[in-house]
Amino acid sequence: MQLYLPIAEISVNAFLILGLGGIVGFLSGMFGVGGGFLITPLLFFIGVPPAVAVATGANQVVASSISGVLAQLRRKGVDFTMGWVLLVGGLLGSAVGIWVFRLMTEAGQVDLFVQLSYVVFLGLIGALMLQESLRSLLRARKPGAPIRRSHVHSWVHGLPLKMKFRASGLYISVIPPILVGALVGFLAAIMGVGGGFIMVPAMIYLLGMPTKVVIGTSLFQIIFVTAFTTVMHAVTSQTVDMLLALILILGGVVGAQIGTRVGVRLKAEQLRILLSLLVLAVSVRIAADLLLKPGELYSVAPGVLP
Amino acid sequence: MIRALILLCALAAPALAQETIVSGLSQNRVSITADFDGSEILIYGAVKRDTPPPEGGPLEVIITVEGPATPVTVRRKDRVVGIWVNNAEVQVDSAPSFYAVATTGPLNYILSDTENLRHGITIERVIRAVGITAEAEQSGEFLLALLRVRTNEDRYRILEGRVELTEDTLFRTDVVLPANLTEGEYKVRLFLLRDKQVIAVQERLIGVRKEGLERFIFNLAQEQPLIYGLISLVLAGIAGWGASALFRLVRA
Repeated sequence: MQLYLPIAEISVNAFLILGLGGIVGFLSGMFGVGGGFLITPLLFFIGVPPAVAVATGANQVVASSISGVLAQLRRKGVDFTMGWVLLVGGLLGSAVGIWVFRLMTEAGQVDLFVQLSYVVFLGLIGALMLQESLRSLLRARKPGAPIRRSHVHSWVHGLPLKMKFRASGLYISVIPPILVGALVGFLAAIMGVGGGFIMVPAMIYLLGMPTKVVIGTSLFQIIFVTAFTTVMHAVTSQTVDMLLALILILGGVVGAQIGTRVGVRLKAEQLRILLSLLVLAVSVRIAADLLLKPGELYSVAPGVLP
Repeated sequence: MIRALILLCALAAPALAQETIVSGLSQNRVSITADFDGSEILIYGAVKRDTPPPEGGPLEVIITVEGPATPVTVRRKDRVVGIWVNNAEVQVDSAPSFYAVATTGPLNYILSDTENLRHGITIERVIRAVGITAEAEQSGEFLLALLRVRTNEDRYRILEGRVELTEDTLFRTDVVLPANLTEGEYKVRLFLLRDKQVIAVQERLIGVRKEGLERFIFNLAQEQPLIYGLISLVLAGIAGWGASALFRLVRA
C-alpha cells in the first residue's frame, strides 16, 4: 500500500515503514535503547530527506521512551532527581544543536554533518562497548579474577555544587550530569536520536550510577529532550512528518514488546556484544558512504521562492 | 520597413489561423491524497481547419507538461581530506519541478532551434540559469547534472514519438505524473508544427493540490508549527502509553 507523506513529499510503501519501525522496535526492546540511531539512517536509505528523517526520528523516540519508562517505573528504575538535572543540561544542549543544525542546513553541509556525527559517535561508543563486554565475558569465564569496583572515586567527585541523588545512592556535583545531559541533548537535535547509547555508558562509568536505575533514568530524560527537539524542529524548519512518525511508532511499539521478551532469554554480556556490533555496523555503513566515491557527485536541493 | 512588416503579417496571419488546436484533458485537477501513487493524464485534441490542409511537410505535435518552478541549488561533492563533501554549488534561478515533452517524432527532426528558443520547448530552454558561470568553474556540468538527477528521479522526461496522431487531425498522449509530485499549477502546452515551424499553440492548466488529510497536515505544519509539534508529541505519547498498556493487558 503506497502512502504519500505530506511533509517528506514522497510516496512510500506503508508496510515497508511499518516493518522498519517493527525491526527497530524489536532491537530497541531487546537492548533497552530508543532505537533512534537506527531509524534515522534507515530513513535516509529509503529516500526520506535527511532533515525530515532527523526531526521525525526524534518524534518516534518520544513514543518508544514513554513506553520504556512506564515499564521501568513499575520496577522503580527511575531516579527522578537525576533525571531533572540531566534534563536541564539536555535542553541547553538541544537548543544549541537545533541552532547548529540550521546553520549547517543553510551552508548545505547538513548531510555531511549528520553523517560525520553518526560515524564518530557510533564508532566510538560501539568500540568501547564491544571492548567492555568482551572483557567482562572473559572475566566471567575465569573465576577468581579481580572484580572491577563499580563505584570508584575520581576527579568527578571533587567538583563543587554537590547534590544528593537518593535513588542512585550518590552524593556528587551536578556539573557532570549537566554536561552529560547537554552532550546528549546536542546529539538528539543533530542526529534525531535519544542518545541512550551514549547516556547509558556515561551514567555507569562517568557518574557511577547503579545499573538498576540507569535505563529508566536515561529514558525519562530522553522523553523530554526529544519532545523539545521535536517541537523545535517543527517550529524552526517544519520537518516533522506526523504521518511517517505515526506509522513508525505503530510498528515500533509492537516490535519493542516482542523484542523485550526475546531479550529476557539472552545473557547480559551477549546482549551487549550484539548491541555493540550493531552500533559498529551502522557506523561502518555510514562511513563507507563518506569514503567511497558516490555514484552521483551532484545533488539538487530545491529552494523556496524569495 | 513598416510596409514590409505589414506584408509579413498579412502573409503570416492566414497561415496561423488556418490550423488551430481544440484540446481536452482527462482531468484538470489532481488531488494528492494519502494513497496518492502518481497519476496518469490523458491529453487529447484535434486540429481544426477551415480549409484543406496546406502543402508542405507533415503535421507534427509537441505537448509539454510543466510543473511549478523553484530556484534550485546544485551542489557537487569533492574529495576533501579523504571524505566526499559538498564543495561547490551553483544557484539556478528557476527550474521546473516536473517537465515532460511528448512528441510525434524525434525532436531535432520536427523542431528548429530558433522555434525551440522562441517558445521554450525542451527542458534546456525552460531552465533559467543566469550568471552561473561566475559561481563555479565548469558551470555547464552543474546544469547537465541537474538534468541527469531529475531525469533519474522521473521528474524530467522526453517522450519522443509518444503522441499518437491520426489522419493529421486527432492526437492524444498519456503523461504519467510521478508519486513525488509538487503542489501547484501544472502548465500544459500544445504545439502544432509543420516544417519545423510552430503554427499553433495552446495552453491549459492542471491544478495539483494536496487534499484531505495531506492538506490538513501540511497546512498545520506550515501555519501553526507550534501546535503541530505539540500534536505530534501528544500522538507519540498516546501511542507509547497505549502500547505499553495494551501489552500489559495481553500479558495479564
